[in-house]
Amino acid sequence: MAKQNIVIIKYNAGNIRSVNNALIRLNQEAEITSDPEKIRGADKVIFPGVGEASTTMRFLNESGLSEVIQSLRQPTLGICLGMQLMGSHSEEGDVACLNIFDEPIRKFIVPTPNASNLKIPQMGWNRIFNLKSDLFDASLEGQYVYFVHSYYVAAGSHTAATTDYILNYSSALQRDNFFATQFHPEKSGPVGQRILERFLNL
Amino acid sequence: MLAKRIIPCLDIKDGMTVKGIKFLEIKAVGDPVELAAAYAEQGADELVFLDITASHEGRKTFVELVHRIALHINIPFTVGGGISELKDAEALLNAGADKISINSSAVRNPQLIDDMAKNFGSQFVVVAIDAKKEAEGHDWAVTVNGGRIFTEKRLFTWAKEAEERGAGEILFTSMDHDGVKQGFANKALATLSESLSIPIIASGGAGNMEHFRDAFVEGRADAALAASVFHYNEISVPQLKTYLRKEGIVVR
Repeated sequence: MAKQNIVIIKYNAGNIRSVNNALIRLNQEAEITSDPEKIRGADKVIFPGVGEASTTMRFLNESGLSEVIQSLRQPTLGICLGMQLMGSHSEEGDVACLNIFDEPIRKFIVPTPNASNLKIPQMGWNRIFNLKSDLFDASLEGQYVYFVHSYYVAAGSHTAATTDYILNYSSALQRDNFFATQFHPEKSGPVGQRILERFLNL
Repeated sequence: MLAKRIIPCLDIKDGMTVKGIKFLEIKAVGDPVELAAAYAEQGADELVFLDITASHEGRKTFVELVHRIALHINIPFTVGGGISELKDAEALLNAGADKISINSSAVRNPQLIDDMAKNFGSQFVVVAIDAKKEAEGHDWAVTVNGGRIFTEKRLFTWAKEAEERGAGEILFTSMDHDGVKQGFANKALATLSESLSIPIIASGGAGNMEHFRDAFVEGRADAALAASVFHYNEISVPQLKTYLRKEGIVVR
């Protein structure tokens, strides 16, 4: 694969370097930046995230990054919190989000009685089904990927993958050039690597 | 369904794995990155690296090692050992660690859990608890410094407090079971799992594959950690997963 101009959007979030490490393993490398010009000019944009929704949305709004992300035309991948922030509204801090996907973000509620001792957050490996996006190929149906999250997007019209935890929810979304995964492809072994590779090949 | 996790743990001193590890055909047995890659390849779900170095220089070596691990390993990993301040955790976060585990320092200064969760998110904070069963009753005494010092804290209340302060997971090691290879402390694990809403990692006591099954079924653990059975190749990760699958346990 030829070297691409990939940008990882930098904001006040946790371990975003691991996404770049995954790109390095694919012989690519991203620039980690919050410069709007560089983001707009990239071939591919990755919007990763670990953190809290309302604090992060405030930062994105104040820095003008919200509008930059909403106006992107190149393939753009939201990961974990990045996916949730692309939704319409998050219950985490009751905050309006980027509304790239018209889907609200809700908190997992453990069932009562909780016979299987389901925990929040969902932390660990779970399977992706009903794959429906150029992000995936047929070999990825039912594969395990790594999740850490307490909030989810319900299954809806933009659902590109579903996963079963407490309920059947959207573990990936797609609309036009916007792609999003609730799981961490950069931490999902060879399966995740394959998904990132497919994103880079879009 | 969410899979139960199998987590090999590597002890690191001065940037190298401590024990002489027999592991497949790997020649450079001392290099943690190579070992970690082999475990990841075999289907380990996560890895834990425990720094047992005491010196300041050793600590710096460990951070550099974490950097290399993060670059090469494509599954999540936790690092622990000697983390007593926010800046220790931050250095490891910046080096690429997915989670840190804190133990004695959290017992001495519980506020550390709040501070870490607030600064880096709960998903980053594993609270490790080493405990010994008390002679009378059902409670367990929390110990520090590798089981050498007993504290006033008790396992179940301390684990609950850690959860309330923002811990993302509890890594419970029974000092009575650790190294004995007679199975995990399943009763205590089940109590923890039922009374807390965050994941519980079982540690200490793995000797055979049945022990893992019991930790998941009786102990209701979300994950199980072991060191020597994996390092000495008494149990391989693929073999263990095949066995657990046959026993009806969901594994990756």
